[in-house]
Amino acid sequence: MTQEELIFDLGRTGRYARAQAPATTAGLSDIPDAFRRKRRATLPEVSELQVVRHYTRLSQKNFSIDTHFYPLGSCTMKYNPRACNSLAMLPGFLDRHPHAPDSTGQGFLACLWELQEMLAEVTGMRSVSLAPMAGAQGEFTGVAMIRAYHVARGDTERTEILVPDAAHGTNPATAVMCGYKVREIPTAADGDVDMEALQEAVGPQTAGIMLTNPSTVGVFERRIQEIAALVHDAGGLLYYDGANLNAILGKARPGDMGFDVIHINLHKTFSTPHGGGGPGAGAVGVGERLLPHIPVPQVGHDDNGYHWRGEDEIPQTIGRLSAFMGNAGVLLRAYVYARMLGSNGMVRVAEFATLNANYLMSRLRAEGFQVWLPERRASHEFIVSLKSEAKELGVTAGDFAKRLLDLGYHAPTAYFPLLVPECFLIEPTETETRDDLEGFVQAMVTIREEARQDKDFVKGAPYNMPVRRLDEVKAAKELDLKWQGDAG
Amino acid sequence: MSNVPSDLKYASSHEWVRQEDDGTVTVGISDHAQDSLGDLVFVETPEIDGTVEAGEACAVVESVKAASDVYAPVAGTIVDTNSQLQDAPELVNTDPYGEGWIMRIRVDDPDALEELMDADDYEHFIAEEDEG
Repeated sequence: MTQEELIFDLGRTGRYARAQAPATTAGLSDIPDAFRRKRRATLPEVSELQVVRHYTRLSQKNFSIDTHFYPLGSCTMKYNPRACNSLAMLPGFLDRHPHAPDSTGQGFLACLWELQEMLAEVTGMRSVSLAPMAGAQGEFTGVAMIRAYHVARGDTERTEILVPDAAHGTNPATAVMCGYKVREIPTAADGDVDMEALQEAVGPQTAGIMLTNPSTVGVFERRIQEIAALVHDAGGLLYYDGANLNAILGKARPGDMGFDVIHINLHKTFSTPHGGGGPGAGAVGVGERLLPHIPVPQVGHDDNGYHWRGEDEIPQTIGRLSAFMGNAGVLLRAYVYARMLGSNGMVRVAEFATLNANYLMSRLRAEGFQVWLPERRASHEFIVSLKSEAKELGVTAGDFAKRLLDLGYHAPTAYFPLLVPECFLIEPTETETRDDLEGFVQAMVTIREEARQDKDFVKGAPYNMPVRRLDEVKAAKELDLKWQGDAG
Repeated sequence: MSNVPSDLKYASSHEWVRQEDDGTVTVGISDHAQDSLGDLVFVETPEIDGTVEAGEACAVVESVKAASDVYAPVAGTIVDTNSQLQDAPELVNTDPYGEGWIMRIRVDDPDALEELMDADDYEHFIAEEDEG
């Protein structure tokens, strides 16, 4: 594959595709002088056909769930059913203006209200708000509500949020954004939270704990009810990071485990397209304690139909998170997905996600790869440590990741969680066939064999991608994201 | 094997500590730590004159793989930080015990240094961690 030129470089000054140019007499003479640019805009001068070819070629370079197995741990890169997309694209949804009155959008509001209800039911929470625009904003919303709860009670001495060391990096970042100090709790050797360390850390300064369950080491936190009692007894609240909800969807409910607040990555568990930075949707669910603080707007339902509930109905709300009602297009796709599955289907999601992960884990283990926590059953994801390959063959997890791309597999999450050296966090999801899982196993075996024959070959990968091995240090230190033109 | 100079003290979170003649200590991260992190792209140093507790996260090293906290090995006051790291974080990779130093601390209690590992202990410690 060759590199694609920038569209600016494809242009030639004065180029104009006369053969197909539409007949037009419209001029710009009605634009007042004051609003006209003084200098010509620097736009690429290309024909329509050049534009089409350019973007078609770029789209063909996409390495995506639609083209390749994509076992990116903690990201739930499952198939996005086309039906969800086509129904969310109905003109009645697409053409609706966000300021249109509630009375003209009853169908749209009904979909969102039903989604709120379904999410509350499947997570065991009292109420759901769809306002947060992404997972990280859902986290921020959750901890902001925890803060609002303590403040409303005049309990202002709580300064700390507890976060396990295996947590996603967004957890400590969220706590700091909400004005808390982070106290890290170590993970015990069996993969659960270290209870002794937790007991020592919990106290009158504890505002809450942020937990991911199943955790990022790919196992279910078995002592969750003990943890909940411990934190609640000290006056703290429990936050559930919904990143790994796919593993327990319909099987176990965070509300029943004792969580006070949860965010749900609809773009993961409810299968809306994501990757490349968005768009997401981080709906939040709350229990009794946080009900007064839920963000607005939320869809309400009464005898008169559906309407947006605002500050007037929820006076202690933490407020708005965006100008309108969250990522409506993503919410509609999630709604269709939830309706298509039904409650039985949601249970199957969890069962097959877990089955696929455990199948893949045992196959890789049988091929001699070192599985982290082999004595535990995996959730929807699991960890392989390539430490011995790094030590004995000189080929790291990063090298495996690059070579996997050549062989047609998106690399799993690498070097996360931080506490496992040279690790891959592998999440196959429920939508892959056994043949596809086997193909991944064979690719891993092939790469190890290649490394035994010639480690430099693996260290030089990728070979079949549009670009070869990138200089990651330079990329991190010298961000160059914007075309500056010839003037620079 | 990574380089573990015998004249330094070490913390279990992989910082090294050197006692200076003026009663301060210089702190950086060990060769083993920089090697595990990979190429550094950013170092955040603490505020000068700030006080730190032993074990308190007070600096951040970010590599192409991960961002990690650097913990104060002993309690005291930050008296200096390595401003060169702003533009050249790679010094931590190329010279972890020299030009890649991170901060200087005036120690509250010099006896606290006795709590840290010597080079032999630290070598055993990383060998064991490697086995685990």
